[in-house]
Amino acid sequence: MNLYGIELASRLLLGSARYPSPAVLAEAVRASGSEVVTVSLRREAGTQRSGQDFWSLIRDLGVRVLPNTAGCHSIKEAVTTAKMARDIFHTAWIKLEVIGDADMLQPDVFGLVEAAAELAADGFEVFPYTTEDLVVADRLLQAGCRVLMPWGAPIGSGRGLNNVFGLRALRARFPDVPLIVDAGIGRPSHAVQAMELGVDGVLLNTAVAMAGDPVAMAGAFARAIEAGRAGFEAQPMEPRDFAVPSTPVAGTAWLA
Amino acid sequence: MHIRVNGVSHDLHVTDLAQALEVLGYRQAAVATAVNGVFVPAGAREQALLSDGDAVEVLAPMQGG
Repeated sequence: MNLYGIELASRLLLGSARYPSPAVLAEAVRASGSEVVTVSLRREAGTQRSGQDFWSLIRDLGVRVLPNTAGCHSIKEAVTTAKMARDIFHTAWIKLEVIGDADMLQPDVFGLVEAAAELAADGFEVFPYTTEDLVVADRLLQAGCRVLMPWGAPIGSGRGLNNVFGLRALRARFPDVPLIVDAGIGRPSHAVQAMELGVDGVLLNTAVAMAGDPVAMAGAFARAIEAGRAGFEAQPMEPRDFAVPSTPVAGTAWLA
Repeated sequence: MHIRVNGVSHDLHVTDLAQALEVLGYRQAAVATAVNGVFVPAGAREQALLSDGDAVEVLAPMQGG
């Protein structure tokens, strides 16, 4: 998978939030094989060290970071947060979130397009958290995005793919644009389904972090994503409405 | 002068943002800054003069999804 000129062996991007401990987070990242981990920015008092300790842990993992603008509800907040993230993390990558609905954490796609254009013009490589809407996707590409991250379902809901038809249409409409399903994945089977649709990768967090055994679940997702991709590349058969015998009928014995 | 840092009021005797960070204990820390909602890059903190009533945001790396 190639994202903004970076070749990645793993198609799994992993979030770093909500793990039981930093040690479990580190183990989960290793078990996932992910080369990209999402991070964020929050206030920290000068006497605290939690942010510094976290950053040290992530750097020790040797992964590429994808900072996000989580929690931003306006274009100004998102753009300023992106600039602050670039200042700390020294990467042009930004997972752009402009939230429009507080309950569903649904992207404000109008603000998203505007913020994406502003950031792309400023040299950012934008990973927009968007819906599966084709027109919005087209506007994001026009704004300078070279990766699209449609949601599977609302963030943290674990509901899987709410609109398979929409994601399939997005894949068909933009065959050459890297698509990462971001948010809503709850189980490895959801990730397999996404990968079988032909998306390029999956970004998930809660499904691993909140599992009973996050490290084991990280490994399960890694294998699921590999299996789903392999299945897509192997070109699955089309479903039929009626049975077709798999064992040859010719030569069947007459035993009635 | 009174400066709000991450929403908390501080009485600081400093002239610029770099000095404020030093006094507040952020020396060597990986942080990003904004004054009154405007991003201030790390390299521009000494030029960012503070005034009474300014609101400073100091953000650090944090877990995120």
